[in-house]
Amino acid sequence: MIGVYLLGALAIAVILFFSRNKLFVYSLAGLFLVLQSLFTTYACMHYGNNELVYFKFDSLGIILLVTMSIIAIPAFIHSYIYIENHKENPQTRAIYLTSMVLLIMAISAGYLSNHIAVTWIFTEITTLSASALIYHHRNKLALEGTWKYVFICAISITFIFIGILFLSLSLQHAGSDDLSFSNLLARRAELNPVWLRMAFLFIFTGFTAKLGLVPMFTAGIDAKDKAPAPAGALFATVLMNLGFVGIFRFYIVVANTPLLHWAQLVVGSAAFLSLFVSTVYMLKVKNIKRMFAYSGIEHMGIVMLGVAAGGIGYYAAVLHIILHAFVKSSLFFQFNQLYRVFQDKSIYHIGNYFKYNTTGAMVLLLGFISATAMPPSGMFVSEFLIFKSLFDAGQIILLIAVLLLLTMIIWAFGKNIFKVLFVPAVGFDDSNVEKISPWESLSQFVLLATAVYLGLNPPAIFVQMLKESVSLLPL
Amino acid sequence: MIHVLLITFIITLFYMAIANRLMTYIKVLALQGVILFFVVFIQLNEINTLNLVLILLETIVFKSLAVPIFLGYLLKRNNITREAEPFLPNFVSLVITTFIVVITILISNTIKDTHLDKIFFVVALSTLFFGLYLIATRRKIITHVMGYMVIENGVFVLSLAVGNEMPMLVNLGILLDIFASVLILGIFLNKIGDVFKDVDVDQLSNLKDY
Repeated sequence: MIGVYLLGALAIAVILFFSRNKLFVYSLAGLFLVLQSLFTTYACMHYGNNELVYFKFDSLGIILLVTMSIIAIPAFIHSYIYIENHKENPQTRAIYLTSMVLLIMAISAGYLSNHIAVTWIFTEITTLSASALIYHHRNKLALEGTWKYVFICAISITFIFIGILFLSLSLQHAGSDDLSFSNLLARRAELNPVWLRMAFLFIFTGFTAKLGLVPMFTAGIDAKDKAPAPAGALFATVLMNLGFVGIFRFYIVVANTPLLHWAQLVVGSAAFLSLFVSTVYMLKVKNIKRMFAYSGIEHMGIVMLGVAAGGIGYYAAVLHIILHAFVKSSLFFQFNQLYRVFQDKSIYHIGNYFKYNTTGAMVLLLGFISATAMPPSGMFVSEFLIFKSLFDAGQIILLIAVLLLLTMIIWAFGKNIFKVLFVPAVGFDDSNVEKISPWESLSQFVLLATAVYLGLNPPAIFVQMLKESVSLLPL
Repeated sequence: MIHVLLITFIITLFYMAIANRLMTYIKVLALQGVILFFVVFIQLNEINTLNLVLILLETIVFKSLAVPIFLGYLLKRNNITREAEPFLPNFVSLVITTFIVVITILISNTIKDTHLDKIFFVVALSTLFFGLYLIATRRKIITHVMGYMVIENGVFVLSLAVGNEMPMLVNLGILLDIFASVLILGIFLNKIGDVFKDVDVDQLSNLKDY
């Protein structure tokens, strides 16, 4: 089935690229969504199966795949609104939709791959399709963002490849050349620790470009800022999750070797530095879209802290990354409506949003509450569990530092959001503000509600899947 | 023989560190492609025809013909001045490059591994770090791309060091190389030349937060 899915998505992408008829293009995009949902259903029904040698429908892959298929639907709806509002010409529209289809296909396949080289290949494809999306506006700033993204991603992809080379050296000591995660795990005792260490460093550094951690986070921020918001929503959520999958699957292998403590130190310090960096930028940032992007860096820092702390932290990390995907994507979808009202991204030129678009302002307010993990947000539960895992691991000083940084982030985030919501912008002429239909916010409410539901009252099957996805890690 | 070739490869790095003109960089890149071809030809035993053709394509056609010609074309079309404009004097560059090579030799001496040819490891690692150094210390975007090409060459050598037992990885490396270079060169450097005149990194600093 995954072969059918990949071929189908590829065929749809190729036809989309060459078609110019409006109705035909949108029905093709709809067809892709149907294919995506069918494939997701199929993956859920065939849980645990191997397909095409390199793919496995395991629990981590499936929950992330379902998350993505849910987010993909509003992403296409908002893309439609975006394209129609901007009156894009048929060629730009075709390129945009093709890249979206390719991006979603590559991310899906990357989630499910059971082989580190296959994950790597699909990560490369996401770079290609993402760069086409970032360059959507064809202006100087978009070009700058695209260039930085492509260059940094190219270097990180090279780093991952170097890591894979070191990993294969490490594996040669075990007398095997099969780089699948299951084989690595089975032969964990025979892996050469020196090369494994090098491999982990390089692979971790490489995937941080997608995950959005120190040291390679910079390009992702520009990408999320310059790409159209519906595409930015995918970059800020499901694409980051792909980086997480890459690191997490390999981390499972390393955690089962004597290198566990060293790996915890590496991941933990990168995570704490990311939190620190995101705090610094959150206090400074004036562009609201970039602020959302930095908030993503903060959350990835928290997730990786959970992974480094271990214990309940593993479970909480996977839960957090899923809830974050729902919340952050709804904020990015809302951004488009905000931009249509004010025609600006700067905090100085937007304000009193409640007056112009009450429903949208509600989304922004609820999204803020969710993203800062205040109850009743679902992320409160996962963040609380991560803090608990840090406490259990005896990292009290680290925990205090993290809480201090988070307080500053909430303050900065709140200051900007409340300015946008309530304080009128100086010199803003509201005589011809666009009226936004409340229905456009519906999907965002659904996403936010999903995050609350999954966090506070998770269905038994969901909890079961989460537990299975971290079951291979040592306690 | 193979060691002579690899040492020549290292010498090209030193030459690149003190080169002044962009054309010299391009010629060195082409030379590196040729050297890599001979290294592969000698190194990989039991090579089948298909692999040989692929590697020939990658090293000779791609690395030493297509990329240099395209870079030269870009130089001409965008009227990029011929100086490399380093941030540091050439003498300092030379010293730092020497440092890089010495340190990688020291690192590789601490590693005892029968599966790995040490000289490959030294060449690969120093090429990698030299590429990063080149990116960090040159002003023009096109030199960044050249630095990336140098990194790619380093990765290619590394994949050869490992690839004697795993030819699949060499092929993957080739895939990476061609994919990333085409993406960087073909699409964007072309476009950047259209939009920004005489491309400096200083011009690419509008996306920021303060």
